[in-house]
Amino acid sequence: MAYIDPHVHMVSRTTDDYRRMAQAGCVAITEPAFWAGFDRSSPAGFYDYFRQLTDVEPKRAAQYGIAHHCWLCINPKEAEDPVFAREVMKLIPEFLKKPNVLGIGEIGLNKNSRNELIILEEQIELAKQHQQLILVHTPHLEDKLKGTRITMDALTNAGIDPGRVLIDHIEEHTVAEVLDRGFWAGMTLYPDSKCTPQRAVDIIECYGNERIWINSAGDWGPSDPLSVPKCHVEMRRRGHTQKLVEKISLENPLSFLRQSGRFMLPESV
Amino acid sequence: MPQQSCPLTSKQVVDLYFMEHRAKLLDIAAFLDRLERSKGDEGLQDVRVRALKKAIPLLTDTSCENQANRVHRVLELLSDHTAEPTPAAHTQSALGADPNTDY
Repeated sequence: MAYIDPHVHMVSRTTDDYRRMAQAGCVAITEPAFWAGFDRSSPAGFYDYFRQLTDVEPKRAAQYGIAHHCWLCINPKEAEDPVFAREVMKLIPEFLKKPNVLGIGEIGLNKNSRNELIILEEQIELAKQHQQLILVHTPHLEDKLKGTRITMDALTNAGIDPGRVLIDHIEEHTVAEVLDRGFWAGMTLYPDSKCTPQRAVDIIECYGNERIWINSAGDWGPSDPLSVPKCHVEMRRRGHTQKLVEKISLENPLSFLRQSGRFMLPESV
Repeated sequence: MPQQSCPLTSKQVVDLYFMEHRAKLLDIAAFLDRLERSKGDEGLQDVRVRALKKAIPLLTDTSCENQANRVHRVLELLSDHTAEPTPAAHTQSALGADPNTDY
């Protein structure tokens, strides 16, 4: 079945992962800008990272018939120093003109600090100025509930249309508030943190299939770039229909991402 | 009663998932045993362990029965419930339990 993985960090994955994802049916991915596992020492490091996201990865993905798109930002883990963060943010408008850029992301909070919030608000404003979609990272573990609420308040205060924002890494204690406030919700399938495929299907059963998607967020840590098709297996195992699987992993991502005016599936699909 | 939104029968749920979760239960038991067999007692007092021990009873708490909200309640227990931004981020990592909660 053709599917979209709307959040995966392919810069951290091998070309063989592209091949395996294509074999499993992946036809398109979107790759948010994120923390590389270490703090970059200069804005120039981000400039090269943005070149990688907008130039190198689309070519690598195309070898396997996968359409590659990306999101640009400074991630919250490197946003504690506002002076540094603003230097990186100055680089972004130049790259927003690239054809595979869908919006600003993954912005958000990490430890819910004042400086992180200041930079989040400034990046929301950047998205607003350039009429960009927004992809939100919500904090890890004990920080998620608080960080999700502060982030949604910041978006609301900025007058952002919630239908143009995807709040990612939701779990059972955040999904209802995210959907009730009109945002899109993303579930990340991780082996240890965030959602397992089983819990993701539980959430769909409990909270419905509107404005929600699943993603692997495959990166350099414990993660699985094939977790999306594995979640499809879990859905079918429980007797859910193919139509529901396609709704979660094709129709819903298409509905959200096409608002960018940039998102394209490969011609073969 | 929660809405019956899982398409499987309860018997099918047991047949499909029991072994997987029996194994996970044994892993928790083995983790707690390993803690007791390890040197020093610092880990025994760790906020993560205290939070885990407080969360386990929620699985069989009668107030959770027929609510289908155990995951939600465990996640709430492990969360920071303050509302104001913290003054500064002194670490980039999360623990898995709120270090400022008295578990």
